Amino acid sequence: MRKANHYPGESKWLGLLYLLPAFLIYTLFTLIPIIETFRSSFFEWSDLGRTSQWVGLQNYFNLIQDSSFIKAFTNNLIFIIFYSIIPILLGLFLASLLGRYPIPGFSFFRTVLFLPQVISMVVVGVIWRWMFNPTNGPINLFLAAIGLGHLQQAWLGSFQWALPAVGSIASWVQYGFCMVLFLAGMQRIPEEYYEASGLDGASAFHQFFLITIPGLKAEIAVALITTIVAALRVFDLVYSTTKGGPGESTLVTGYLIYRSAILNNQIGYGAAIATVLTLVILSVSFLIRRILSDRNEVV
Amino acid sequence: MKLRWNKLIPRYLILTIFMLIVCIPLWGALMSAFKSNSELLSSPFSLPQTWTLENFKEAWTVGRFSQFFKNSVFVTTVVVIVSVFLSILSGYAFGQLPLPGKKLLFPLMLIGYMVPFEAVIIPLYHWMGALGLRNTYWALILPQIGLSVSFGTLWMSSFFENAPQELVDAATIDGATRWQTLWGILFPLSRPATTTLIVLIFMWTWNEFLLALVMVQSESMRTLPVGLAFFQGRFSSNIPLMAAGAIIVALPTILIYILFQRFFIRGMLGGAIKG
Repeated sequence: MRKANHYPGESKWLGLLYLLPAFLIYTLFTLIPIIETFRSSFFEWSDLGRTSQWVGLQNYFNLIQDSSFIKAFTNNLIFIIFYSIIPILLGLFLASLLGRYPIPGFSFFRTVLFLPQVISMVVVGVIWRWMFNPTNGPINLFLAAIGLGHLQQAWLGSFQWALPAVGSIASWVQYGFCMVLFLAGMQRIPEEYYEASGLDGASAFHQFFLITIPGLKAEIAVALITTIVAALRVFDLVYSTTKGGPGESTLVTGYLIYRSAILNNQIGYGAAIATVLTLVILSVSFLIRRILSDRNEVV
Repeated sequence: MKLRWNKLIPRYLILTIFMLIVCIPLWGALMSAFKSNSELLSSPFSLPQTWTLENFKEAWTVGRFSQFFKNSVFVTTVVVIVSVFLSILSGYAFGQLPLPGKKLLFPLMLIGYMVPFEAVIIPLYHWMGALGLRNTYWALILPQIGLSVSFGTLWMSSFFENAPQELVDAATIDGATRWQTLWGILFPLSRPATTTLIVLIFMWTWNEFLLALVMVQSESMRTLPVGLAFFQGRFSSNIPLMAAGAIIVALPTILIYILFQRFFIRGMLGGAIKG
């Protein structure tokens, strides 16, 4: 960060005055609630949150023995495959096929590929619930039309298929973002790297792994952080497609927090889950940034 | 180097396939919204034989989307104006002004950008209840501003850090105060950065779901995404009606996205990098 210059005769506190309004509202509605969530995870609450009793780590002990929590957290980890791994691999694959030369009219494709990023996840959920509808959804109609009628499923209502079905919606939302990110990054890799390695006899395959992927390190870090965090905090999509069902087959941590703390008034327990989720998200973003982004322009 | 046609055509083919995967569900929803329920069943993706606006009318009146639309517009407008204004001030503080404790305050502001609403929703829910503010615009607006200024401050501070210092120095020598330099010299230069911030905060606020779901119990206070979620519970078998509702929710963000896509994409790629 640049050292702010300080003009003669000016108060060195001047910046605080400008920062104050934003900081005040941020402290009241974000910082203090984070601390309060942490604090209330050590209490047992009753009487709709009006009285509380210190229980130490009890909520956390309950948490690690609660099959719902284990299920929810495992589902979040499985969602990482759909939110993060599949879109990033697709993005790299597409980037390698398209290469690093400008394609006339690419901005049109970019506009469309990015579109799912700007649409409310509830809208996405509503549209895909129709796509997956067992009786008149296009996916089952399509399977029947191409003679694969025996593969029809009650996708979102099936214990076996609900999780991959919701997950594939997430891949649909994220892959365009990864593609655009990587293609933009490839334009920045210096042409000489490819020329020099080409003269040395490197194949396109080698160039991809030895020049393109390392050159995209910063973009891959960004894609990993954004998509993994999205997988860990997923709520809207699950709420609008399955509400965690059938049974608990698509239950995720975000939905469990809502169910325990808001619907069932288990405040301390919900707060413990929220604390764990927040810590996991903060450490994941910190770790990925630490490992992958050593380039100054990115940090 | 320019690509020849024989190399371009396979590339267009690949792009078209991935583009179609994005488009097909959206196209299907768009077409359904203009059809009757019986026509939809025969061919989901075809153009409607008779275009009808009935679904939109029904969602708008019976589904009360007119009310949800008003709520969303009001909440989003207030959040965007206040958050952007406060972020310009605080970003200026970090990027240009003498600020004691900067090294401590900056990472503190960063936390808000990285935590999800799940981290703050439980206490906010109870406090808003205790203050009698649930089911009011306050409960939707204040926490959203609190979270938005976190990103806004980071975003604007990087603009102000890189602002041309000669202009600032020249203005100061001419006797401009810091306030005058901000609004007279730097703010006009910040238009691309500010526009990006406006469209991002607009989109996040318009699409916010968990906060609005938790804070609002009365139907008349719902925002569009929450309204749509409950609508789905009631009318899930009437697909054209659901599709019309979904389009009402999505259309404003899609329009703003198409108008300002340069800013959107830069913000989402750059914003992700900043985070």
